Amino acid sequence: MSKIAIIGAGPAGIEVASILAKHHEIDLFEQEAAPLCNIRNKALLFPDFTSADELADQLMLKLEHPHIATHYGVKIQDLRRDGSGWQLTDSAGNAYPADYVVLATGYEVFDAHKKEELGYGIYPGIITSLDLEKMIKTGKVTNTIGDPPKTVSFLQCVGSRDEKSGNHYCSKVCCVTAVKQAIEVRKLLPNTAIYVFYMDLRMWGQGFEEMYRTAQEQYGINFVRGRISEAASTYDQRVQLKAEDTLMGLPLNMSTDLLVLMVGMCASVGTKALAQAAGIAGDYGFAQSVSEHLRDNLTEQEGLFVAGACKRPMSVNDTIQDARAAAITILEKIS
Amino acid sequence: MGKRFWNEYQKTIAKDHFFYERSCIRQTFFPGSEAAFLNIIRNDLGLDIYDSSHQHTCTGIGYHADVVPFETTMTIVARLFSLMTEKGYENYVPSCVTSFGIFTEIMEKWEENPALLEQARELLHKATGRTFELPKNIAHPSDIIFSYRNELKEKMKYQLVNRFTGKPLKVVEHIGCHYAKIFPKHGVGNAEFPYVLAGMIESWGGEVVDYPERRHCCGFGFRQYLVQENRGYSVANSRKKFESMEPYEPDFIVANCPGCAMFLDKWQYTIAEMEHKTYDKEGYGIPVLTYEEMAGLLLGYDPWELGLQLHQVQCESLLNKIGVEYDPRTKYNGYGGKILPKPNKPSVLKV
Repeated sequence: MSKIAIIGAGPAGIEVASILAKHHEIDLFEQEAAPLCNIRNKALLFPDFTSADELADQLMLKLEHPHIATHYGVKIQDLRRDGSGWQLTDSAGNAYPADYVVLATGYEVFDAHKKEELGYGIYPGIITSLDLEKMIKTGKVTNTIGDPPKTVSFLQCVGSRDEKSGNHYCSKVCCVTAVKQAIEVRKLLPNTAIYVFYMDLRMWGQGFEEMYRTAQEQYGINFVRGRISEAASTYDQRVQLKAEDTLMGLPLNMSTDLLVLMVGMCASVGTKALAQAAGIAGDYGFAQSVSEHLRDNLTEQEGLFVAGACKRPMSVNDTIQDARAAAITILEKIS
Repeated sequence: MGKRFWNEYQKTIAKDHFFYERSCIRQTFFPGSEAAFLNIIRNDLGLDIYDSSHQHTCTGIGYHADVVPFETTMTIVARLFSLMTEKGYENYVPSCVTSFGIFTEIMEKWEENPALLEQARELLHKATGRTFELPKNIAHPSDIIFSYRNELKEKMKYQLVNRFTGKPLKVVEHIGCHYAKIFPKHGVGNAEFPYVLAGMIESWGGEVVDYPERRHCCGFGFRQYLVQENRGYSVANSRKKFESMEPYEPDFIVANCPGCAMFLDKWQYTIAEMEHKTYDKEGYGIPVLTYEEMAGLLLGYDPWELGLQLHQVQCESLLNKIGVEYDPRTKYNGYGGKILPKPNKPSVLKV
């Protein structure tokens, strides 16, 4: 029986832990006071509107195993080889030895303050998709003065596919998340006009395209192909948008009560630091696997494995599948 | 206001020993502004600035109107740099925002393509026999005033405060497009939230009006006014800005570009004549100042020496709010006390 340290108690870390615990001793580290923070922040998950809390509760049940020791509120800040194994060090200087390590440190959302032209944190009425998700979770979506908004606009690709912010990659989940959130807003606010500004909509997963079609046909959501170049506050605390409708070939000026910035996925601070410390740093600070095709959970460092969105943007269901693949890879490697 | 990432970036602004390049049009539009800048630099701040009598256009307007080829503009820029080199200066200060855009653009092109720099050296030498060094620093005069805004505050006689209410004056700041929209790294702040004029306003007691069309072009855009038939586009742009700022009831507008200050001032007359519309409550229009005029007024310069009487929208209401002392009898006195003819009154805009 080996001692395996898993850093990150998101869906990837928990799924890996639950499988490996049948054969090995697990130390599961989480810097936050509780696991699954990113999931708990969400209301419903695409494409089937599964309750995020219900999924989180089911994942938590998987941790009920005598071989799993959880360490919440422990921030692992260094990771280095120690003989044939590894040594983890937390921010208080405590050391944790392990035979093997799984990096499952996940992602964080793009800091929308960096796109100053979009006014986040500067003007009222401009929020991120994460902020909206929290509103939806409470069942109440409001404008800046607490009333139901008459117009809600979404902007895709904030901090993704973006030369200015330095993130050239696609975050993969924002397109379908905007469609999901637009439908959720429509269900809460039947009379609100809803617009989604996009470059192109990447409906790559099963059921996504159908959801996009339903959003248009059944829920009356307007999709505008074009970027918003500038957002500013109006005298009556609404948001003025300047955009281009590239299908019409016309500039578009409009005001909206809420502008939702669909923030992309970035490598988390923990992912960046630990991938760097362990010598597996890849593009944009994500952790680098050996090969995306056949060895996507292995790294160039013996005994160090990777799972989930610490490698690249990934949906929740893909993360769980990737974690299961990581567990199989580790079991094969150890045996 | 939330966190501004661009606050963490500060462009390099030379502190002394400037080579000044005058604007083609500013002395016509705002005849006291450049003189005020030189006075502030030399007399209020005690710094060294050289004002050459051999300078000439940067070709900016012709360049952006596609009537002056790039090679010509490049050679003209090279000659201006040669004047600076000849006098032993390294810090270039172009008065006009269009010139500032031209110089930063040419410098960028020379950096990206050294063959163009060699070509410019060759063309200049063939034409004039002159040589030049690249400036170590290019700063717009508004950058320099911004960098010394706190030192100037110590010397100021007035503040941007309404003396009747005790409240900060509400100021619309307008930044020329070629200041930071071409190269945000060369502007204080950035293209979205430039801070060069906002920093002066805040330091000197005023309040910046953040209105929806704050970043919109004033309408000076060269093609929009060079051809008379296109000037409707120019008026429309200014009108869009006025409509957007009107609900905030600004006390005045300040700009750092000759075209912006000129059109935001003059088009108020045009719109008043066309639509019987003014953008202040009393019907006088919103006064428009250059940043040198704003600084000069607060330092106690005579408003008529600054040339404020030559603006379309008259500034007495603003002078009264600030508490600036002035003699209305000398408003139209020319150089040496010569009495100049008084202008006709507009039919709508009050003066």
